[in-house]
Amino acid sequence: MKLELQGITKRFGSFTANDSIDLVVEPGEIHSLLGENGAGKSTLMNVLYGLYQPDGGRILLDGKPVSFSGPGDAMAAGIGMVHQHFMLVPVFTVAENVALGHEPTKGPMLDMATARAKVREISERFGFDINPDSVVEDLPVGAQQRVEIIKALSRRAEVLVLDEPTAVLTPQETDELMQIMKQLRDEGTSIVFITHKLREVRAVADRITVIRRGRIVGTADPSAEQSELANLMVGRSVALQFDKEEAPTGETAVSVRDLTVVDDAGLRTVDNVSFDVREGEILGIAGVQGNGQTELTEAIMGLQKNVWGSIRLGSTELVGRSTKQVLDAGVGFVPEDRTHDALISSFSVAENLVLDQHNRRPFGSALSLRLPRIRKHAQEQVEEFDIRTSGTDSPVGSLSGGNQQKVVMSRALSRDLSLFIAAQPTRGVDVGSIEFLHRRIIAARSEGTPVIIVSTELDEISQLSDRIAVMYRGRILGIVPGDESREVLGLMMAGYTAEAARAEVASGSTLANEELAAEGDIA
Amino acid sequence: MNSTAVSRAPITTGDSEVRLTEAKGRLPGWWKMPAALTFFALVSLLVFGIGGVRGQDSHFTIAHDSMFTSMGIPTEITVPSVPTAIVLSMVLLALAGFAWFMQATNRTWPRFAKPALQVGFGVLFAVAFLVWTVAAQSLNIEFLLKATLGLAVPLVFGALSGVLSERAGVINIAIEGQLLFGAFGAAVVGSMTGSPWIGMLAAPLVALVMGALLALFAVGYHVQQIIVGVVLNVLAVGLTSFFYGAVLKPQAERYNVPLRLPELRIPVLADIPLIGPMLFSQNILVYLMWVIVAVCTVALFRTRWGLRVRSVGEHPQAADTVGINVARTRWSNVLLGSAIAGLGGATLTVGTNVAFTQEISAGKGYIALAAMILGRYHPVGAAMAALFFAFATALQQNLGILSSSPLPAGVEKFTVPSEFLNMLPYIVTLLAVAGFVGRVRVPAADGKPYIK
Amino acid sequence: MSAPTAENENTPTLAARIGRSEIPVVIMAFVFAFLISAVLILISNEDVRQSATYLFARPSDFFRASWDAIVSAYDALFRGAVYDYRARTSTQAWNRLIETLTVATPLIIAALGMAVGFRAGLFNIGGTGQLIVGSAAAAWVGFGLSLPPVIHLIAALAAGIAAGGLWGGIAGFLKARFDANEVITTIMLNWIAVNLLAWLLTTAAFRAPNVLTPQSPQVKATAMLPRLLGDQFRLHLGFVIMLLAALFLWWLMSRSTLGFRFRAVGENPRAAQVAGISVGTSSFLVMLIAGGLVGLGGAVNVLGTEHSLNDGIAGSIGFDAITVALLGRSGPVGIILAGILFAGLSTGGRYMEGQGVPIDLVAVIQALVVLFIAAPPLVRRMSGLNLLTRPRRTAAAKEA
Repeated sequence: MKLELQGITKRFGSFTANDSIDLVVEPGEIHSLLGENGAGKSTLMNVLYGLYQPDGGRILLDGKPVSFSGPGDAMAAGIGMVHQHFMLVPVFTVAENVALGHEPTKGPMLDMATARAKVREISERFGFDINPDSVVEDLPVGAQQRVEIIKALSRRAEVLVLDEPTAVLTPQETDELMQIMKQLRDEGTSIVFITHKLREVRAVADRITVIRRGRIVGTADPSAEQSELANLMVGRSVALQFDKEEAPTGETAVSVRDLTVVDDAGLRTVDNVSFDVREGEILGIAGVQGNGQTELTEAIMGLQKNVWGSIRLGSTELVGRSTKQVLDAGVGFVPEDRTHDALISSFSVAENLVLDQHNRRPFGSALSLRLPRIRKHAQEQVEEFDIRTSGTDSPVGSLSGGNQQKVVMSRALSRDLSLFIAAQPTRGVDVGSIEFLHRRIIAARSEGTPVIIVSTELDEISQLSDRIAVMYRGRILGIVPGDESREVLGLMMAGYTAEAARAEVASGSTLANEELAAEGDIA
Repeated sequence: MNSTAVSRAPITTGDSEVRLTEAKGRLPGWWKMPAALTFFALVSLLVFGIGGVRGQDSHFTIAHDSMFTSMGIPTEITVPSVPTAIVLSMVLLALAGFAWFMQATNRTWPRFAKPALQVGFGVLFAVAFLVWTVAAQSLNIEFLLKATLGLAVPLVFGALSGVLSERAGVINIAIEGQLLFGAFGAAVVGSMTGSPWIGMLAAPLVALVMGALLALFAVGYHVQQIIVGVVLNVLAVGLTSFFYGAVLKPQAERYNVPLRLPELRIPVLADIPLIGPMLFSQNILVYLMWVIVAVCTVALFRTRWGLRVRSVGEHPQAADTVGINVARTRWSNVLLGSAIAGLGGATLTVGTNVAFTQEISAGKGYIALAAMILGRYHPVGAAMAALFFAFATALQQNLGILSSSPLPAGVEKFTVPSEFLNMLPYIVTLLAVAGFVGRVRVPAADGKPYIK
Repeated sequence: MSAPTAENENTPTLAARIGRSEIPVVIMAFVFAFLISAVLILISNEDVRQSATYLFARPSDFFRASWDAIVSAYDALFRGAVYDYRARTSTQAWNRLIETLTVATPLIIAALGMAVGFRAGLFNIGGTGQLIVGSAAAAWVGFGLSLPPVIHLIAALAAGIAAGGLWGGIAGFLKARFDANEVITTIMLNWIAVNLLAWLLTTAAFRAPNVLTPQSPQVKATAMLPRLLGDQFRLHLGFVIMLLAALFLWWLMSRSTLGFRFRAVGENPRAAQVAGISVGTSSFLVMLIAGGLVGLGGAVNVLGTEHSLNDGIAGSIGFDAITVALLGRSGPVGIILAGILFAGLSTGGRYMEGQGVPIDLVAVIQALVVLFIAAPPLVRRMSGLNLLTRPRRTAAAKEA
């Protein structure tokens, strides 16, 4: 089926998310929509899927204009979508999730036998290995994504939209997904592949459309140079490399031994992890999202309930301490999700800057706040971190993502630090701010502070880290030097130990992956 | 993964089911349920058993004269109070011990075993309590059970209203108001037409007003659902009391006559000892209750409608993306629920030969809410919990009669104040929401407005 | 809240600016509530119903009867709530306003307690229970103990605060320790308190001798809140306590570290936790303070206004306090105004009852006002306010 979008415009209040976008997807083509976070890719696809009504423009399928009042219409017309955040009911089984919305029935009752058979049939056709009776919340993310694909295919989707499908996958799972995409394409399905990862685009796309700030800024072939695509995507030349000086490392400042974290469902999210961080050293923790990195940092911060093992900061044991005690021991923390975990969007910039110190001198006493000091502090920090805000009294929610992240970073750095932990320090932040934030992290290291950086972006890890620990299913598979090659890191993220990964790379058997991994991956 | 389509098999295999290593050891809070059971078993042993009235018997009437009694089934049984209570307490302790064993060794319970254990425990505890409190006196169990069922009807219907709307993601604090409207509608329409049957049919329609208001504000305008519920209850009390004072009281003979739905007695079955009168000699609303509970259960868990409703309550966005209209589903469920609660309200007036009075629902809507939570948002569970709460109320009423009947000379005993029996449902619910009766899983999107 | 960005697009007219603000919504909410209530008055009025039967024969009768019914009801409401211009002396005339303030006093204190919870993101529905235990404890100290004058009063008030705090604290503890939903626990605690009070009033310690109804003895004079304006007015020292409590709420929520924590937890509990604020402790303290304030409301009610305990001591204050806190947007000034307004409806309602309109109409008006204010878009739609603010749609948008 041929899909055409003509002049699609979508506004939210005064903000134009999509500005007269034209897009043509030919039958049996993988068309990649490339753009930074917040460029308007997902909005466009939600318009296509009937979740949003466009303020202008039209959609054509095989040359005929269509209008969708809801996702039901879009599905009926043959459009399927795999959302970035899975649209699966966690407590339902796979079969129930796949059937939902077009359930087979026998008389008044659900016909689950037919629903199961359907799942099995599609699952076998693509080699998915999905049990229709598994409850979705028990499945790993990779399998959940395959359930989403089954869901779309079971509705006979002829146009399949994949919205940032690789964010939660290991490099190996990503490879598999790309094979699936190619297989689907060869069977005649049109695929819209939304991503911000250049190497994936080049590996799989037939055509590339680059979108920036709600507008189409260009189209390209997969053979286009990587830097060319990057320039199109971010709008200016990007320094893909970042220099940092060698720093003399000091004493061991943090030592984690046999750390185990168990979640409420009884699973070990962190499994017997040990590592050290020295003064003036950045330890990068790499890994695909959801492999225990979040829980590890939360365990250090006293935010996890069931923790065994030991975390020593100097001579202080942190396991069993409250978050407040950990902060008071001089740990600065930048959590991975700033809107959810770090900022109170209705609070002012000034209030957010003292959130963790509001009852300590000089900002407050046990009883009351000292508003003048809080205000003065905010003005200083806004200046030092170049936080763009209309005033320190503005709600922090009105700031851009990059400036919000600066607020979080400035708060974490503005205390006497004995350890600095930053998780995804530059996620969803514009390129200019990334550079600034990276410099601040390096500066903290230069002052002799031990630093732990958690990131799912390999480039960020490689640029910043002195040593890299790779986490996989709760375990640390190995700690390698900061200049370890991408291929080795990629394999480790997929479950290889450092030795096995190096052997694998040396034997040259990972050609397909090497080809991808050798190329940079920005944002 | 055994894949034919994928070129290279990754080194990790079998990742479909197990993500991470299962931790050895028990889940946090594993001790709560056994601890609660042990506490109640000890109360039973110490108070009902050892603290009982020594040397006295408890008499229970379990049947009325009928063909069954003529066949040799006794109408009354007599047990020695203290020994019986002690034996029952031992069984309770054994059940608690079993629960400790299962939880401490981290064994998985067979399906339905946990609720079955809890229900069994509750029944035995109640029997032990009865044996203790009836010592040296006599109690008609047949009456007690029949009264229990009658009192349970409004609670069950109210709780079902809660189940239906909360399963679709709308918190329903307004059950009280829906019951009240139902009771009001049944009384007024019944009186005007002179027929309790028409009154009964009118009740759900009148209660729909409450449901429509809840849906309008909660679903249509995304107002905080708890607030809407609380305020709607105030509104319902205000409106019905206003009309009661302005119209119903001055012209009672026209608008507010006590009416009663006839008791439909099923021959033979109604004579079965103990449970006959309870199950087979009731009015239409009681029979309807069984039907509606069964239909709701099947509909929620076995039909397309139910799957869609539950998906809306768990993950409305997912439902939306497969073309299910979230707002419409919520609207219709809230309306359906309020209509069912309206039937429950009818029980309060035309079901029991009572004219409407101010605040006749007297907090039953809140007990229904508690029953829904204790029943874990499941129609059958909610009905069981409602029956339990109704039993407490029936007991309180019957013990009132008991305490006025004379004790044999020289016997003194402590009776539980009726107020404490009234408190029981609320205390049990407190324990339930604190996790002492097992984990209650709330529909994930319950109370969250769905805004695209 | 008006988005500054939205205004850049098309400069708003003055009408649009007024239409967008909150004030017309509040005004229209009251207008609609009174209009709907007027309809109820008509339905319930005997004369109106009779004249309606021959509406087409003599419509003037119907309209005259309707007009009379509504005017006399609302006139009585005003006279009862604010100023009774038909009273013989000015003392009597003004007595109604003073009475309104007297009724408002415990209501406002309780609503201030409710506001603490709302600001901290907790739905404390337990006003009734906290009031009951607060009243009961204060009353017991008041009639059961003999203490020197000032100390007795302070002890009784403190007992009310402590008992209310305990009752709220139970819910807070269950929330903090077991993550039990506070909506459910507070509702359950309400009914436990209702039954507890009913039982207490049967015990020798609480039951007044030689009284048929369940009622406690009168509190001793040493524990009563003294009257402020002489004996002809019921207004008592509780009014001053209420003002102090409002000041306390302001300080707590905008100047204290504790309030900073409460607000942080209310707005984003996760971020607060990550910043080292214990959410559990905060929930517990919120419920403790909220319950304490509501308990104080109960104490003031029993020591200043009622003087003895009966099974209806909490009346509807517990739920009214919720609506007052909502109407007052959980701020001290808003709550005082909303509390006086609602109290006025109650005192006026008693006069309205003299005109044959049951006082329960007041509950209807209050509920409707809160419902309307909670849903501004509905009010705007009903009153046509959105016609003032709606931007002229572009042709392109219409096409889509």
